[in-house]
Amino acid sequence: MPVFNQSRSYIIRLIFIIAFLVMLGQLLNLQIISGKYQKLAADNAIFKKTVYPSRGIVFDRKKKAIVNNVLMYDLMVTPSEVKNVDTAYLCQLLEIDTAEFKSRIIEAIVKNGRYRPSSFEGLLTQEKYARLQENMWRFEDKGFFLQDRLVRTFPFNAGAHFMGYTGEVDSGIIARSEGFYLPGDYVGRTGLEAYYEKVLMGQRGLQYLIKDHRNRLVGSYDNGSLDQKAISGRGLNTYVDIEIQQLAEKLLTNKIGAIIAIEPKTGGIIAMASGPTFNPNDLTGADFKKTYGKFVLDVSRPLLNRAIKGQYPPGSTYKPIGALIGLDEGVINQNSGIGCTGAYYGCARPVRCTEKWAGHSGNLRQSIAHSCNSFFSMTYRLTVDNPKIGNVKKGYAKWKEYMNAFGYGNPLGVDLPSEDRGNIPDTTRYNKVYRGAWNSCTNVTLGIGQDMMLATPVQIANAMCIIANKGYFYTPHFVKEIENETKEDSVLNRFRTRHQIPVHISNSDYEDVIDGMEDVTIVGTAAGIPKIPGINICAKTGTAENKIVLDGRALQLKDHSLFACFAPREDPKIAIAVIVENGGFGSTWAGPMAYLMIEKYLTDSLRADRAKEVDRIASTNLMPGYLPRLQYKEDSARAYFYFNLTKDSNYIKKYLHKGYTPPPVKKEQDTPKTRVVYRKPELFEPEKGFLIRKKNATV
Amino acid sequence: MNRNDTGISKGIDVSLIWLYLLLVMVGIMAIFAVTYKEGDAVLASFFSFKTDYSKQMYYFFIAFVLGIFILLTDSKFFTATANIWYALGIVMLLLVFPFHSRVKGTESIIRFGGFQFQPAEFCKVCVCLALAKYLSLPNLDFSKTRSQLIAAGIVLLPSMLTILQSETGLALVYFSFFIVMYREGLPATVLVVGFSLAALVVATLLVDKNVLAVALTVVAALVGYIIYRQSRRKRGILTKVVFIWIICVGIQRFGVPFVFKHVMQPYQVERIFSTIGRDIPEEYQKTGSKQELQKPGKKDVDYNVKQSKIAIGSGGFTGKGLLKGTQTRYDFVPEQRTDFIFCTIGEGFGFIGTTVLLGIYMLLLFRIVAVAERQRSVFSRCYAYGVAAVLFFHVTINICMTIGLAPVIGIPLPFISYGGTALLTFTILLFILIRLDADRQMVLR
Repeated sequence: MPVFNQSRSYIIRLIFIIAFLVMLGQLLNLQIISGKYQKLAADNAIFKKTVYPSRGIVFDRKKKAIVNNVLMYDLMVTPSEVKNVDTAYLCQLLEIDTAEFKSRIIEAIVKNGRYRPSSFEGLLTQEKYARLQENMWRFEDKGFFLQDRLVRTFPFNAGAHFMGYTGEVDSGIIARSEGFYLPGDYVGRTGLEAYYEKVLMGQRGLQYLIKDHRNRLVGSYDNGSLDQKAISGRGLNTYVDIEIQQLAEKLLTNKIGAIIAIEPKTGGIIAMASGPTFNPNDLTGADFKKTYGKFVLDVSRPLLNRAIKGQYPPGSTYKPIGALIGLDEGVINQNSGIGCTGAYYGCARPVRCTEKWAGHSGNLRQSIAHSCNSFFSMTYRLTVDNPKIGNVKKGYAKWKEYMNAFGYGNPLGVDLPSEDRGNIPDTTRYNKVYRGAWNSCTNVTLGIGQDMMLATPVQIANAMCIIANKGYFYTPHFVKEIENETKEDSVLNRFRTRHQIPVHISNSDYEDVIDGMEDVTIVGTAAGIPKIPGINICAKTGTAENKIVLDGRALQLKDHSLFACFAPREDPKIAIAVIVENGGFGSTWAGPMAYLMIEKYLTDSLRADRAKEVDRIASTNLMPGYLPRLQYKEDSARAYFYFNLTKDSNYIKKYLHKGYTPPPVKKEQDTPKTRVVYRKPELFEPEKGFLIRKKNATV
Repeated sequence: MNRNDTGISKGIDVSLIWLYLLLVMVGIMAIFAVTYKEGDAVLASFFSFKTDYSKQMYYFFIAFVLGIFILLTDSKFFTATANIWYALGIVMLLLVFPFHSRVKGTESIIRFGGFQFQPAEFCKVCVCLALAKYLSLPNLDFSKTRSQLIAAGIVLLPSMLTILQSETGLALVYFSFFIVMYREGLPATVLVVGFSLAALVVATLLVDKNVLAVALTVVAALVGYIIYRQSRRKRGILTKVVFIWIICVGIQRFGVPFVFKHVMQPYQVERIFSTIGRDIPEEYQKTGSKQELQKPGKKDVDYNVKQSKIAIGSGGFTGKGLLKGTQTRYDFVPEQRTDFIFCTIGEGFGFIGTTVLLGIYMLLLFRIVAVAERQRSVFSRCYAYGVAAVLFFHVTINICMTIGLAPVIGIPLPFISYGGTALLTFTILLFILIRLDADRQMVLR
């Protein structure tokens, strides 16, 4: 009986205690001291799923939805679960080949891993969705499923330019938003979608889900007690009349230009179209990438909203303002006239006038009606050379003050991003160009809206509003009100303030000018356009010279056709500016378009023969003849750039082919014989900025 | 007087039974927490035998009935048949080799009908009985090296057989019986040498080999110098010091790398190094295993332990509550019903829960040791120490494995882990002890 070993029982117990204390120590360390494991466990198992709110709906003035949301479907795939799939059949349904199938699976694995679903084909087209839906049972348990997503849709196929489009956020937007946007968010990229992003977007929701060790979602965390519901975006009520918008876009088919219609009493924009037009639905959903790529490379630049970004010499549409300035400064009065014989000879080089018959410039009213260049050259010179002011530079500064008051030369602040300012040059600019040696003759064509003067269509329309309102305006804007508007929505306050223009011009001066503008449509330059019974339109036509430089040669192009007007005279309800690039006389294309817009808006319908006129205009192709050549130059330069980059001759193969002839520059037909000569106005080159940008990239 | 008349319950140590029942209940609850799916009808599925917790409950019923049967037997039965049990255990272990079925990479399971049986698990009971029997032989002088070697042989034979079945974890359990031998008079030097060897191996793995060699040399030189100064005439001791030094350096420089390279499986090497948190040095790698280890997409070898530590650590002080643990509920920890069941308790009940559980095990072990020390028969005492040693080893290694203190060797947590054989084995182990203890007054065996 080894009693002497009794003590060893205590040693054994001691060993037990030591071992347990060691374990207890480690547990203390893991569970209490360390503290990092809670977060690790949460990272492991909790998946925060963003719930995207539906974007706000945009309504027109009659409460019709311009932009709505539609449910589309993504075909999703979980690569790890793809087994025994009838690949050939799926490929047939999706119109892809098996190689593409494989590469998409690999792409999905690379993107999100093997166990998490990724998009196999995003935003299925209607046909593909229909075909897949019928056959989904074949693929459902094998890793494929359909995921619904809300996508923008334009029920009226109109409003592309001012609505803009939405797109997935890029790294720049994420960085600028300081963490507000997350990858995968959709954000308004241009137009109203961008300007009212905060309103339209709504509030993202958050769902706490639990995932298991293979990243499969297995249910909601803590019964969803932490979940935040998504709040859908608020709607916008706009001034837009979608039918007028549709008409405007139809009229601009196959034309470069812009139409903008504003309600003078509120500044509400009724329609804003830019040519070339396109269907906004092309930039939503499945076709976005394809269409966008095409549009970006198109030299006619369909994505450019020319109503706010197009800078045109206003031409004769400036003349009513010139007259108002002259009247206010007292250098002319309603009886002033000039004996115009076809040109203004006040300066060394004559300024040609389209009319030469006696009596077309006998007084202010006639001069406006017949758009006498001589009269307005004289008016401009008298304004800036006004002896009361002193010298030409001070006079010019005064004139510029008036112009800025009328909204020219500065962005108006339309509720769209990146509006252009136009151009009313400063005296410093002229001093620089002419080294200080210039006088009222140097830039006399400012008096007829040329020289360096540039304006955007919205500025021209806004100037019409000011005349129609006799001295005040509201900043042109689209949105009348935000749904469930609160005091925090200060964004609209700016558009609800009435702006009295800073120069005070008397009512009688306005009346005189408006008389002249009414005469334009009765006896003047626009008299040829068929009248709308019962509506007195006050208008001013414009014909602006322009040219571009192509292949190293300056190319004189057909004049831009401009038309600015408001109606009815007694109680102006609509002010319109229309510009058709290279359309010729203002009364040829721009005028009739404006008339149709007015008739449709004011009478709510078009007469039968007017409907035919719409079709006639819509079917006319006024795309400038130089475009194919320009497109060729850009395409070939780009091809050469990529050839240099990749050394892949496939890029330039097409251009090296023997039988290939580059498209020639088409001859301009029936260029107007009479035109303003004297100093060449600064050229409007819509492609200029684009070309410079491209040039950096291509060379 | 009354107690003597109550038959079966006479002399039964009730506290052991209560602790046993408590642990089994905790186990079923933990398995329930792992495998219960939302929406299951709890009561129905408990009796359905379809879910793991239901199965475990039935295993418990069977085990408990068996335990009662054991309590009904005579304690002499076990002393008498101990050697037969041992023979039976060895035969069963040998039978595994021709008849085993492949289940999850182990070769230790026999299957008959719908049941699986793991002899290596059950053999613990046999070894415990046989060792107790041998140590209680009336004419045994355990201070003799020969009897010590025989005792070691009894323990190590099934251990070797188990290693051959790729169940290293279960094989290691048999080493816990050295605690029994220690109690019965095995020289402390054996344990000391054993521990020193273990310390040397661990040091070899942790410390750079040259640094360790220098350190060993310095220690040896110091010890030698001091001994030389104190007793100049005892040259023999000096020789011993040099001899030990040579062995230590030899093990450190050649022995350990050799064992790692040629004896152990690559996965074992991985697990050991992942536990100490180092990359595998080149000299420990098997030739050809390198490519396999670096295969892309292979889960980290320490994935289990990492997830297990996250699970336990995320429990915090009070835990997330039953069925609220995300780590254990959603299969992040592999094998969490069986070997990693401790995670469930750690995550669900936090530091409080784990401490309480450790406390219960502590109570059980101390109770068993106390029971052992009150035995008048050597057999009973040895057996009781055997039970304590096996339980201690299982609990310590299993929990250390889940909290990252020991390499992952697959041994269950007694009474708690899911698994019929394990529960049955531990129940038999404990109830034989209770039976023996009940008869402690009877005779001096």
